[in-house]
Amino acid sequence: MSPVQTMPPRSYHIGKDDLGADILEVAMGPHHPSTHGVFRMDLKLDGETVVDLKPVFGYLHRNHEKIAEDITYPMSMPFTDRLDYLCGMTNNWAYALSAEKLIEIKVPERAEYIRVIVAELTRLVNHCLLIGFFVNDLGALGTPLLYALREREKILDLFEVLSGARMMVNYIRFGGVRCDPPDGWLKECQRIVDAFPAFLDEYETLLTENEIIIARAQNVGVVTREEAINFSLTGPMLRASGVNYDIRKVDRYGIYDRFDFKVPIGGHGDCYDRFMVRMLEMRQSVKILKQAIRDLPEGEIMGKAPKIFRPAPGEAYGRIEAPKGELGFYLISDGTPIPYRFKVRPPSFVNLTALRHMCLGHKVADAVIILGSIDIVLGEVDR
Amino acid sequence: MSLIGKGILKGMGVTAKNFFQSYYRKERLPTVEYPEEKATINQFSRNFPFLLYDGDDPVDGMRCTACTLCERACPPQCIYIIKDKDENGKAILSPRIFDIDTSVCMSCQLCVEVCPYEAIRMDSAFELSNENRFEGLLLNREELLKPNAYYHEIHPLEARETDDRMAAKAALAEAKKKARQKRARLAAKNKPPPGLKKTPPTRKKPPQREKSE
Repeated sequence: MSPVQTMPPRSYHIGKDDLGADILEVAMGPHHPSTHGVFRMDLKLDGETVVDLKPVFGYLHRNHEKIAEDITYPMSMPFTDRLDYLCGMTNNWAYALSAEKLIEIKVPERAEYIRVIVAELTRLVNHCLLIGFFVNDLGALGTPLLYALREREKILDLFEVLSGARMMVNYIRFGGVRCDPPDGWLKECQRIVDAFPAFLDEYETLLTENEIIIARAQNVGVVTREEAINFSLTGPMLRASGVNYDIRKVDRYGIYDRFDFKVPIGGHGDCYDRFMVRMLEMRQSVKILKQAIRDLPEGEIMGKAPKIFRPAPGEAYGRIEAPKGELGFYLISDGTPIPYRFKVRPPSFVNLTALRHMCLGHKVADAVIILGSIDIVLGEVDR
Repeated sequence: MSLIGKGILKGMGVTAKNFFQSYYRKERLPTVEYPEEKATINQFSRNFPFLLYDGDDPVDGMRCTACTLCERACPPQCIYIIKDKDENGKAILSPRIFDIDTSVCMSCQLCVEVCPYEAIRMDSAFELSNENRFEGLLLNREELLKPNAYYHEIHPLEARETDDRMAAKAALAEAKKKARQKRARLAAKNKPPPGLKKTPPTRKKPPQREKSE
């Protein structure tokens, strides 16, 4: 790989255009249906072309990190569900992972397998939803989105049986998981996982060859390999630009070294690649799920976690490959039951930094799908 | 170059398939019309906490002993407990006030996990809309107390496990009590002669925890 270079500045004429017309400033959002939450883009438009863009966020700021520095470690667990509220399980896992690093708890085998199962199910949930909304942004209002929601609903029902809640699961604990799956849960999970590729095939027939999607998404919002690394993108965004970097493969946290799966990589880094990388990732998730359900051992689900969680002074950073990218929790302990510092590294916030670069020179309608392809959740961006 | 519009036609085929199958295949149309028809709640779902009591009288049979463990473990601090006192001002092991603000509660179940007396459990009722958003959503002790039969109705599996656990605990306590009585009787039998007073056991000092710098 060539050395990472700084990006050439893209210059656009701002002021008056050739006909003497003014540059139009538009505040898109925060109450705009395509911004996926309370997010605002301050656009400067030359006709319909975006000449400048400023993302404005913070409307959903809930003081997550500061609250966590005021309460004990286990009490922060339900708050992490509310970060990326579509993927509660992976948020729980990332936080539990960093806390387990802080105090060195050994997680039993069965709990590790259950964690992998729920995390991969969460990836299916997230990518289903993302692809549905991406197509919704393209103008296919409703129908493909509802097909995706229908599949997601089945997995959410699984989560409800397992943890009691559909989205705010609060299921993973330091040293294991909260409860064993009830009788019949695994069978139902197996049934849904086995039926999932049929849905993916149907969805690919519906969308991937569609000329409108190809015309709208290809060569739009291109991020090259070097730019993707410079913006420190992670997750499907980075892999769509052709960088082979998946924390499940790099870090091998948990028991991911035992599974046989591939990491899909895009070639162009445009919106269509980001869409396809997620489609292919769902197939790999199904592959992991099948192996995990097959190999799930019997045994304990909780390790020897201390009753009062009081780590020795020190620091720990635990990161996982959340559906949106690298989700990390950085904890500093000063020896009390309350963390001294609690820092979240949210994937969608960091991925959002590339938005301006991707949108410049495109039309307003393209800015909408570029934002959709980044896959942001404002609960995580604003925290 | 393939036929332009082929992909769109293929997609339309999928939509048509979904549309027609939704009339006779349940998995193509899993929704229900809510107010007329209600989907069944599964027995593992949780919503807001409630308090359990045994027997007939809610206040006498209350399992809660006002230990305030749940109050301290609650992340958004939505539980408020005041201990009861008898007429002499001595504390009784039961709450005089037990409030849960359901507008603040985030249904995390941490209160259920810390409760050592199996007194607080998660409800699965969901139609809780109220005209008054302040007092209406602040549930007091009388509104929170529900009988054990209700618990068996909404979470049968979990309730049976809880009952088994409580029965085992009670049996253990009973056995301990019997052993203590037996020991007391034995001690009374071979009582040491008066005058030879037994020295009370000295209380051990708890080990001092090392303070971190």
